[in-house]
Parts: sequence; C-alpha cells; structure tokens
Amino acid sequence: MKQYMKRNSNTQIVNSLRTDNDRGRKWTFMEKLLIGLTPQQYIAQAVSNPFNWFLALVFAVGFPVIIGRFIFGLEWATGGPQSNAWGLFLGFGLFGMVPLSSSGFQMGSAVEVFGRHDMEPLERLGILNGILGYFFAVVFLLVDLGQPWRLPYPMVVSWGPASVLFLVAWHVATYLSVQAAETSTSFFEWMGWPAGRTVIKKMALGLAVAGIILSTLHQGALGALSSYAPGKIHPLWYSSSFQWLYFFVSSLPGGLCMVIVVSTIVIKTMAWRCDDNFKLNLDKLHISLAKGASMGLITYLTIRMIGVAHDNKWAYLSTGWGAWWMFEIGFGVILSLILLTAGVRKNNVTLIRLGAWTTILGVILNRLNVYLITFNWKHGEIEIPPLREFMITITIYCVYIATYRAILYRWPILYRWKTKYSEYAVLEPTPATIIAVVAEPEACPSGK
Amino acid sequence: MIDRRDFLKGCVACSVTAASISVAGKNAFAAGSFEGYPDAMGVLVDLTRCVGCRSCEAACNNEQKLPEPDLPFDDQSVFMEQRRTTPKAYTVVNKYEVADKNTLFRKMQCNHCNEPACLTSCFVNAYTKTKEGAVIYNSKVCVGCRNCMIACPFNIPAYSYSSPTNPLVKKCIFCYDTRLKNGRPPACVEICPQQVMTFGHRSDLIEMGHERIKSNPAKYVNKLYGEKEVGGTSWMYLSSVDFDKIGLDNHMQNEPIISNVKDFLGMVPMVLSIWPALFTGIHLLATKNKGEHGDHDHKEGDQQ
Repeated sequence: MKQYMKRNSNTQIVNSLRTDNDRGRKWTFMEKLLIGLTPQQYIAQAVSNPFNWFLALVFAVGFPVIIGRFIFGLEWATGGPQSNAWGLFLGFGLFGMVPLSSSGFQMGSAVEVFGRHDMEPLERLGILNGILGYFFAVVFLLVDLGQPWRLPYPMVVSWGPASVLFLVAWHVATYLSVQAAETSTSFFEWMGWPAGRTVIKKMALGLAVAGIILSTLHQGALGALSSYAPGKIHPLWYSSSFQWLYFFVSSLPGGLCMVIVVSTIVIKTMAWRCDDNFKLNLDKLHISLAKGASMGLITYLTIRMIGVAHDNKWAYLSTGWGAWWMFEIGFGVILSLILLTAGVRKNNVTLIRLGAWTTILGVILNRLNVYLITFNWKHGEIEIPPLREFMITITIYCVYIATYRAILYRWPILYRWKTKYSEYAVLEPTPATIIAVVAEPEACPSGK
Repeated sequence: MIDRRDFLKGCVACSVTAASISVAGKNAFAAGSFEGYPDAMGVLVDLTRCVGCRSCEAACNNEQKLPEPDLPFDDQSVFMEQRRTTPKAYTVVNKYEVADKNTLFRKMQCNHCNEPACLTSCFVNAYTKTKEGAVIYNSKVCVGCRNCMIACPFNIPAYSYSSPTNPLVKKCIFCYDTRLKNGRPPACVEICPQQVMTFGHRSDLIEMGHERIKSNPAKYVNKLYGEKEVGGTSWMYLSSVDFDKIGLDNHMQNEPIISNVKDFLGMVPMVLSIWPALFTGIHLLATKNKGEHGDHDHKEGDQQ
C-alpha cells in the first residue's frame, strides 16, 4: 500500500467525507472496506506488496496444518508431551503475548485516569494492541485445549474457584469485553454511528479503572500459575512469594515497548495512514513511553535480584542455567535499560526503538524460560517442540499481524475521523495538502 | 474536571466487577489446611520387597480395561529406561541402580494426595477427593487445559492426546468405581505376590510404617515418604535407600501445593476492593485544576 500510494499520490483514501467531485456524500461501506480504492486498484496494491506474498505462503502451508490438528488430534500436531504439558501455543502464544498486550490498560489509564492527554495519539493504538494480543492469546488457547468447544465450561458448567486458572479465565473474558468497549469507539466512528461512541466515552474512566484492576490481577495470575510447579521450574526462574510480581512488573515495560515497536513499524510502513497529529508527536511520545518503560525495567531488575537474594540462590549462578539466566537478564533487562535510558537522555529515538525491541524479546524469553525451557530442568533435557507446532504458531501469529494491519488500514486508530470540512481547514488546509503529506512519507519524522 | 456523575458511574462499574469476581478469592480460603478425611484409606508400599515382576501393571491394565501394552507384562526389557505413567498405563514399575550394585524397583501411580494439586489447580473442578481417599476425575467437564499435569508434583496425570474429539486425562483412581467404593483394595495391591503393598486406613498405615522402621532401622531409611510431603498422600513409601536415588524428590515441600498460590489468591479481593477508589482518587488529583483543557470528553464532544 505504501508503494502504491507513492506511485498514485492523488488517490483519495477514506478518512472522513469525500473531498473530490462527489463532495459531501458519505463514504459507502464498500468504499470504506476498500479504503477508497476501486476493487481493481485494491487488488493491484495488494498484489504489489511483497509482504502479502509472504503471508500467502505462510497461510498456504500453515492452514492445512491447523486443520490437521483438529482432524488428527493434538498428538499429531505437538507430539503429545506428557511431562511438559504446555508447549509453544501457551508458552509463546498465551504467556508471551499477554504481557505485551498490557499496553491497552496502560495507555487507557495514562489518558483517562492520569490525565496525560498528550498521549492521545497513541491511546487507540495501545488499546488496539491490547485487545488483539488478548484475542489471539485466546485463539492460541483454543488450538491448545484438548476440547476447545468446552471453553465456556468454567463460566457456566462447572466452577473451580480455588484455581488460579479460573481467575485468569474470568478476568481475561471480562477484560476482553472491557477492551472491546474501549476499541469500539474507533469502530463506531468508522461505521458512522456517533451514538455508540458517545455512550462508550461516558464510561471511559470506569473502563480504564476496570482495566487496571483486571490487568494487575491476571498479569500476576499468569505468574502465579507457575507457583503450582515449584520443583519443576528452575529455582532461578521460580519464587513462590514473588512470581506474580515478576510477571506483573515485567508486563508493564513489555506493553509500553510493544507500543513503541508497533508504532515504529507503522510509521515506516504505513505513514500514509497516519495523520499529522500522530506523525509529529511520535518521537516525543516514544521518549515519554521509554521513560515509563525504563522505570518498569529497573523495578523489575531489582525485584528479580531480591528474589535471588531472598531464597539465597546465588550458587545457581555459577551453573549453566545460571549463565542462561544472566543472558536473559543481561540482554532483556540490562541492555534494554541502557538503550532506553541512553535514548531518553540523548533524545535519540533510534536507541529507544532498539531498546524497545530487546525489552519485548526479553519478556518473551522469560516466559519461554519459565514454561518451556527450564520446565522439568531436573530431567536434564530441553524438550524441543516438533515442526508442526512451530508451523501452527507462526501461522496464527501471521493471522494476528494481518488482522492488525487490516484494522489499522481502516479504523481511525492512527488518524482522526473528520466529519466536517471545517476540520480540514484547521488541520490540513486543502485536500491537496492531504495528498501532498501522504505522497511524501519521508516528510514524516521517522527514526531520525 | 470529571463530573461527579462520571465518578460515581466509574465506581459502580468497578464494584459490580469486583463483586462478581471476588467469589474466586473467597472460596480459595475455604481450601484451608486440610489434612485428609479421617477414615481415608491408603496404601503402604514397602519398596524393599518389590522384585519387579510387573504383575501390578498387568492387574491394573485388566481392571481399568486399558489397551494392550506394546510389550507383554513379563518382558523385563522395559527396565532399560525410566518410564512414566501414560494414557495406556496408570501404573509403571521402574528399576533403579543404587549403591553397591543393588537394584531397587519402584512402582509409581497416583499417590492420591490429601490436598491434591490437580484438584486445586483445576478451573472446572474436574477432580474430587473422596472420603475413602481416592482422587477421582470427571471426564464430562474437563476442558483439556492440562494445568493438572503442570501442577502434579509427581508428574502422574497423562493426557490421551491422540484422540481428536475426546482427549482426556488418564490416571490411577485407586480403583474407586470397581473396588474402593465397596471397601476392597485396588487390583494392584491384591495381586502382588510379594506383599509389597498394604491396604488400610491411612492413620494405621502411618503407625505401621514407623513401627517397621523402628523394628529394623538398619534396613530402612528413617522416613515414611508421603506422610508429610505436599500435605500428605494416601500412598506412602518405605525404602532402603535415600528417596532421591529412586526418583522421588526428597526435598518436596510439606505444605500442599495450593499454599504456594494462597497469598496471591488472598490478595485478589483486596485489589478488587482497593484499586477502584485508589485510581479514581489518583484521577481526581491528576486532573485537578486542569479545567476544560484536561477533560477529554469535552474536547472530543466539541468536534462532533
């Protein structure tokens, strides 16, 4: 789409009322779906994008494997591990994606609760990142569950309220609805249903506070789940007193850095979709987010060290597992911390964006270490998931990326939905200017 | 400034959520410290007597109507490697080479904990600890999350991954349906030619175990494994060597596994009660004196 916009710079994309000779008419639903292009134009831009070919290849190979998992059973897909019962689907898809989706509650509460309205250009992106991450974590869960059609059982059929997973199930379900409500404002604007948007706006504070509560608890609960397996997880990654805090605290920088990473990708690949408000504020906002993330990281580093000291586990550091632990902390936490703080001090967004990448990789590595790599460390060998498990995981992740992109292309997440011509006058004087801005993505402040 | 109506709405929304979910926290306390039903049955396993004939495996297979094994039950080559319980075998015997070329066999099956980790970790309550001491499983509600397999400190529950439509957790149920319910010992105990296993009231077995150790201290290590481990188990073991050498964790915690998450679960109702006021309060402080500019709603509203 970026290349297409470069070649056809006078294309009018959907972002409010039409400005061409049809002036005054609202966009039809079909036009909205095709972002204002004709079907031929839409197909042309889709075909000319190499990333779409990559996705097509992944889906062509991956979807049959996913279908195979449901026809032939889990053993066919994952090898049926009896001792390491949770594999990549949960280790990466659930435990890895949920902390990176804490951006939803953090951006929501920054704006609505703490009154940081300067964060608004990234608020909707943060919330969308939240809901998509949770939604696809549930998709991963559905692939992993032995009997996914029984997913509603903990809600309606049989309660196991003393279980941490019961809490996770209820909180994730409730929080998905909260985030759906928060995200729906963009959807209502896009569909042209202002009444729905007004209703949600009135609940904004309540939703944001509910988001903080539910996130504190279920991010922590994902850590508390591992407290069930004291002898199985390596002691360096295990602490019965602090496990839930490790998970909760690391999810905070994880979520903020995910917003930095996603918005960086967005500005590089779909600047045509971003309005000036987004483009001009992005560097400044990345610095603000990096400040938050570094505070989160230093806290996380401190409590991980306290955890080692509290149970006196220093001796383990001299073992092979200790070296691996130091790599996780060194790369994911200390290096990230250095990059982020240096970036903040020097006003260097490139450093910040690098630091954001290492932070999210560090968080994912930590979750994999807890639930996959060090799990059953006493057995002496690391279980490597079979090929089909990797294929399914990659395919679902690509569906996630494709969905993410499709929504960003359309809904007013990166731009503001304008309903009056006077708004053009304020922000962008003439349609010609809009086109000019769109045509020159280099004009935007990306990665300087 | 936020108006009072919005504030109250926020509070109401949050307390409704709180009320609906705090059930989870409250019931967690009910799980308290439970030391087993008074008349619970158990089995004392004297590992020094086991000769590795595997007749218990055969009896279990027959009693539970399990599929035919890959190798016949009199095949001793299975001892070449360490096995674990599978969907096709609820009990397996392993061979351990211990000091001075001695070997020891250990039968493994569900130990039927007093406060089982599988039960307390299950979010649909698929497990029940019966008053007779068995930990049984309700296949009708199991969703297949396999948290029980993660939680079991003995790595016992197995999952029939190979079934695409009805995969289930498979584990020893103390022959509850066919025998224990009627006061009869499980099939493996009855068939054992060496009288390795003694079936009886758990409290009596504890006494018997300690007496055996006392009367022959040279033969046994001074520990009745399962008396205290993870809150106590219905199946308990006597051994002539350190339990670490025969694949049983000697440093297992004495508190039930659920106690590891009790602190967290106890915090849940507190967060649900305190956070709404705390964060709404912070909101009021953060947006004080910001006037119209600070208020998101008004700004957005003007643009419509």
